[in-house]
Amino acid sequence: MPTVSMTVNGKTVSRDVEARTLLVQFLREHLNLTGTHVGCDTSQCGACVVHVDGRSVKSCTMLAAQANGASVTTIEGLAQGDKLHPMQEAFREHHALQCGFCTPGMIMSAIDLVKRNPNPSEETIRHELEGNICRCTGYHNIVKAVKAAAANM
Amino acid sequence: MNDMPKGGVRQALRHDSAVKHVTGEAQYIDDMPELPGTLHAWLATSTKAHARILRMDLSAALALPGVAAIVTARDIPGRNDIAPILKGEPVLADGVVEHVGHPFAAVAAETMETARRAASLIEVEYEELPPILSIEQAIAEQAFVSRVLTMQRGDWREGLRQARHRRTGQLEIGGQDHFYLESQVALAIPQEDGDMLVHSSTQHPTEVQHGVATLLGLANNAVTVECRRMGGGFGGKESQATIIAGIAALLARRSSRPVKLRLVRDDDMIVTGKRHDFLIRYEVGFDDEGRIEAIDMELAARCGNVADLSPAVLTRALCHMDNCYFLPAVRARGLPCRTNTVSNTAFRGFGGPQGMLAIEAVIGTIAHALGRPADQVRAANYYGGAGRDVTPYGQRIRDNLIPRITREIAAQADYERRRREIDAFNATSPVIRKGLALFPLKFGISFNLPTLNQAGALVHVYTDGSVHLNHGGTEMGQGLFTKVAQVVAEVFRIDIDHIKVSAASTAKVPNTSATAASSGSDLNGMAAMQAAQTIKNRMISFAAEHFGVLPEQVEFAANRIIVGNRTLAFGELAHLAWANRISLSATGFYRTPEIHFDLERMQGEPFYYFTYGACVAEAAIDTLTGESRILRADILQDCGSSLNPAIDMGQIEGGFVQGMGWLTCEELVWDATGALRTHAPSTYKIPVSRDLPPVFNVRILEDAPNRAATVFRSKGIGEPPLMLAIATWLAIRDAVASVGGHRHAPPLDAPATPERILMAVEALRKGAG
Ligand code: FES
Ligand code: FES
Repeated sequence: MPTVSMTVNGKTVSRDVEARTLLVQFLREHLNLTGTHVGCDTSQCGACVVHVDGRSVKSCTMLAAQANGASVTTIEGLAQGDKLHPMQEAFREHHALQCGFCTPGMIMSAIDLVKRNPNPSEETIRHELEGNICRCTGYHNIVKAVKAAAANM
Repeated sequence: MNDMPKGGVRQALRHDSAVKHVTGEAQYIDDMPELPGTLHAWLATSTKAHARILRMDLSAALALPGVAAIVTARDIPGRNDIAPILKGEPVLADGVVEHVGHPFAAVAAETMETARRAASLIEVEYEELPPILSIEQAIAEQAFVSRVLTMQRGDWREGLRQARHRRTGQLEIGGQDHFYLESQVALAIPQEDGDMLVHSSTQHPTEVQHGVATLLGLANNAVTVECRRMGGGFGGKESQATIIAGIAALLARRSSRPVKLRLVRDDDMIVTGKRHDFLIRYEVGFDDEGRIEAIDMELAARCGNVADLSPAVLTRALCHMDNCYFLPAVRARGLPCRTNTVSNTAFRGFGGPQGMLAIEAVIGTIAHALGRPADQVRAANYYGGAGRDVTPYGQRIRDNLIPRITREIAAQADYERRRREIDAFNATSPVIRKGLALFPLKFGISFNLPTLNQAGALVHVYTDGSVHLNHGGTEMGQGLFTKVAQVVAEVFRIDIDHIKVSAASTAKVPNTSATAASSGSDLNGMAAMQAAQTIKNRMISFAAEHFGVLPEQVEFAANRIIVGNRTLAFGELAHLAWANRISLSATGFYRTPEIHFDLERMQGEPFYYFTYGACVAEAAIDTLTGESRILRADILQDCGSSLNPAIDMGQIEGGFVQGMGWLTCEELVWDATGALRTHAPSTYKIPVSRDLPPVFNVRILEDAPNRAATVFRSKGIGEPPLMLAIATWLAIRDAVASVGGHRHAPPLDAPATPERILMAVEALRKGAG
């Protein structure tokens, strides 16, 4: 079994895993970072989005081996102690979640979007978040939250 | 001192798990740390719509290293029956498979990958049998999963004969996949004495408990089912969760190890039931004003291979085919069609949406026949006035908000002006056409079956004043746990942070009903309120006696209790009560009063009250491509006196968008062999953020406390907003109708996909040309 090493949420980790292990499996099953969810298993829902070297990636689309040597941030790595990341805070504040299953992926995608568009319009947000399905909220509050967070990031 | 505790009723509190959700800490079943030895399961399912299994060979699968157990119908120690209403609905096909995706065996192995491989190694020899694949075919063969339902009032035959105008019509209404983001999952853990503990993503822990006990041949008390939260439910985890939990439990029993069964998305969509698609046929008689004099409607539902919840879904469809309109003479027949497709099930609205869409199609037919605006036809038929306030099933409407809501939404949406603008726009726009519609709704709250309208709760106060709350409801994101905690905080007048809501568990509150029918907070809120009130009363009598004051002199203020001229913290009094041997634990129970319903005659007063709402939607279509967009939606929704306006707003927005998906882009396609071709979001289009109407104004109806004595006069909100989206379908239809100058009813079915829109446009062009 090949050894895969990467930095996850600032910590260096190294595990021997089967070559076909997906990044999402690596995170959830080998590192117990279960905040990253699997919603569709086939790269379509966005529940599994994490950051690899600062860019959002659907972690069910990537092999763990492909992230060898990379720096990965998951939802668990955003808050500084008790202090939430502005995007997390905005999702909480603006009721941008219901069942919460899409939330981690949605937040990771939203952070990436604001990094690329520091001052996004509602239309840009709606367009950019197309790859993240939420079945509960109807997106209205998610868009509001992202807009509010952009102002605080 | 501030006299408002943080978190009583009416406050716009955050979801109780909000912080855990944004940090990824909230645990779903698939996130629970695995016990040593946990196995992973995979289903072996039918590739045929209808076939006899002549031979099943498990040897290659069993020989695969890592496989721990395989179960088939033969290996079930108890009874192979998980029917929620009727009897005889096996969890694993026994001898005959009845739809593509029908599970006939399941494998547990060290890894999911191994289980998957083993399942594919099970060899099956089929003898194909003739399948029934459509509603029409089922009707032709009179194939039904349960009896045909008939609801009647007055002499509809004579009414139709004497009516000045008569029209017939037909409407196909598509189904819908739930697509809860968390697919179905259960974790079964064997216990001592042969007992079973099941963590199930379920809206109905009690039904899972009964299902598992029946399958394993155990008494109910040997099975405990728990659910802390689901990643969405929408009705899809009401009866269907039992399939998953039942199979996990069978494998756990057989292997004596914990077994987790999580369906991957494609399997979830193929193996579990959906919203029923319907075929509606009607004949309606009406006068020159468009007032309905008599109607005969047939509502045929595709139920799939077994009844599951279909009889109840059809009952609700019949009880909502009136929507807001008085039907003096009516016959409505509900046909539960048996087909060799997956058994359809509960889905937000539970048949109500299909019934409402049907009558809206009728309103459109009348409007086009008379050349009158649909709004006028609606207004001519609204409930209200002497002799026009009783539903076809015999319930008197005592809380009619239709006039108020329709008036307020028309003003909020600037309806009249926009109507004129859109007509003017269409007059000069050959390719892009716009449409506008105002849709009012009335939705009955309570389970149709009176028995189900009951709930229990359990409240403990500990000696430090912290509170443990449990009730029969389940949390699927709708905020039920938050609302019920608010109720308890209100009773004790303490901050909500002092209340811990715990996972639904059959060991804590038994014999519960499903969290469904928009009744979660009505039922469980009341039960919890009762339990808390019992403890509070004990604390009051104790304090009065202990301090020698009258009970009236004991007052629960914010986080403290004033006893005569003394003040105690809530925890202090709790501790003192304990020291004096006063019980600080109580159960609560609630049953909805006044309701009754005769399922045989389809008559009674099944609903404790009605919830009302209205939506104005504006759509644009491209008449060359059939594409559509919803440009604007204005919503006014009745929530009674909302327990939590923020949560209710979320239900309204989310329900509306989900309904929009059902009626515009979500299309289930089965091929000629009966296989579902749309089993992933790649082929099954769920609304995404870009589909949200760019202008979206949502309001909760103000100053509208429930007339019925519900928990703090609130109203159920889970389902009604989904139906508000009917306005989007009507707006699209209005845009299509403009192509024919509004003179012909557009032959538009649901969902209004680009193909259907284009076909309807073409039909009108041909008809007009
Ligand atoms: S699970 Fe990765 S995109 Fe859906
Ligand atoms: S909150 Fe449930 S899927 Fe988004």
